[in-house]
Amino acid sequence: MARITAGATMSHVPVVGRAIDTDQTGTDYWKPAFAGFEFSKKWIKDNLPDVIFLVYNDHATAFDMKIIPTFGIGCAEEFPPADEGYGPRPVPTVKGAPDLAWHIAQSVIQDDFDLTIINEMKVDHGLTVPLSLMFGKPKEWPCRVIPFPVNVVLYPPPSGSRCYALGKAIRRAVEKFDEDLNVHVWGTGGMSHQLQGPRAGLINREWDKSFLDRLTSDPDALARIPHIEYVREAGSEGIEMVMWLIMRGALGDKVEEIHRHYHVPASNTALGHIILEAR
Amino acid sequence: MALDKPYADVPGTTIFDAQMARMGYHLNQFCMSLMKEENRKRFLSNQRAYLDEWPMSEEQKLAVLARDYNRMIAAGGNIYFLSKMFATDGKSFQFAAGSMTGMTQEEYAEMMLKGGRSIEGNRYKGEKPNG
Repeated sequence: MARITAGATMSHVPVVGRAIDTDQTGTDYWKPAFAGFEFSKKWIKDNLPDVIFLVYNDHATAFDMKIIPTFGIGCAEEFPPADEGYGPRPVPTVKGAPDLAWHIAQSVIQDDFDLTIINEMKVDHGLTVPLSLMFGKPKEWPCRVIPFPVNVVLYPPPSGSRCYALGKAIRRAVEKFDEDLNVHVWGTGGMSHQLQGPRAGLINREWDKSFLDRLTSDPDALARIPHIEYVREAGSEGIEMVMWLIMRGALGDKVEEIHRHYHVPASNTALGHIILEAR
Repeated sequence: MALDKPYADVPGTTIFDAQMARMGYHLNQFCMSLMKEENRKRFLSNQRAYLDEWPMSEEQKLAVLARDYNRMIAAGGNIYFLSKMFATDGKSFQFAAGSMTGMTQEEYAEMMLKGGRSIEGNRYKGEKPNG
């Protein structure tokens, strides 16, 4: 039987990827941002999953304005890194887990979550920066990945409660898969940030801290936060934190916080990172 | 009946909702075209001619030519699409974000180093901005 044992969340800021790619992680600017991942790199080595179910958002890369799926699931054998305008990131091709991905798709669609099935897709920094943060610069990624893109570019993204409920459906689906697999679910993006308009640069430490606290202690209440609170308190782009609730829903009722890291700034953004183990 | 827009009173913020997405469709798709090197070259060699290949409004074209990101957003641009524009210019996300705030790039970078723009005074239109 497959099982979901742990979850992690982390930022996916593109320049964080560039800092890794160009070996700038030890500079005065970046050192404190990356320091918080030393524990995590060791933890993931000791708790290496077979598959990461990676919830992220595409940034006008694979999806432009022509087609905008609210929830997509990558069912392909592999997903090459995209050229986002600076050339593709020098990272390995992401290997998929098609059997499990198709199984989850069939299961959660029957559970009333209407996913878009994706069999060909390039993946952008939203997916590859989290992998780099946790695994550094390997020749091949050490496990398989199911990309799960969520629309958070066009308003409205799915609600927090919808994401949380979807996470629970994903847990039920994984538990019905016959193969003995250790699965992690990651939620990426955030935390507070606004990239546009005269209010750009907004950071809300207190709100972010409370969000991190409640991921463990009170996810039901966290899931009820309406879109407008994300926009007002965490910035227009902070709304992408709804994706973290898919991770949280997939972990079951009881979790233990293993690690937490929070740093401002990563370019325009408050970088938040947490590791939870299912109990 | 009009859509509910509870975000209309958030200061200095344009939400890329259905209305803005419809308005900005061609502007954003033009930006997508800049993900190809051949198109970036062609655009940079004659910007006006390249823009005229797209069914964009004159206002959208002028906003692009002026590299006025607030104006592009007011015309329906979305920041993740516009990022292809500033990538073509060799500019960073921080440069583009900073350019929309009325601060110099240095002032903006300094504000971020000091913890970012405070939420206090920045929740509702009409509050006194405080950082």
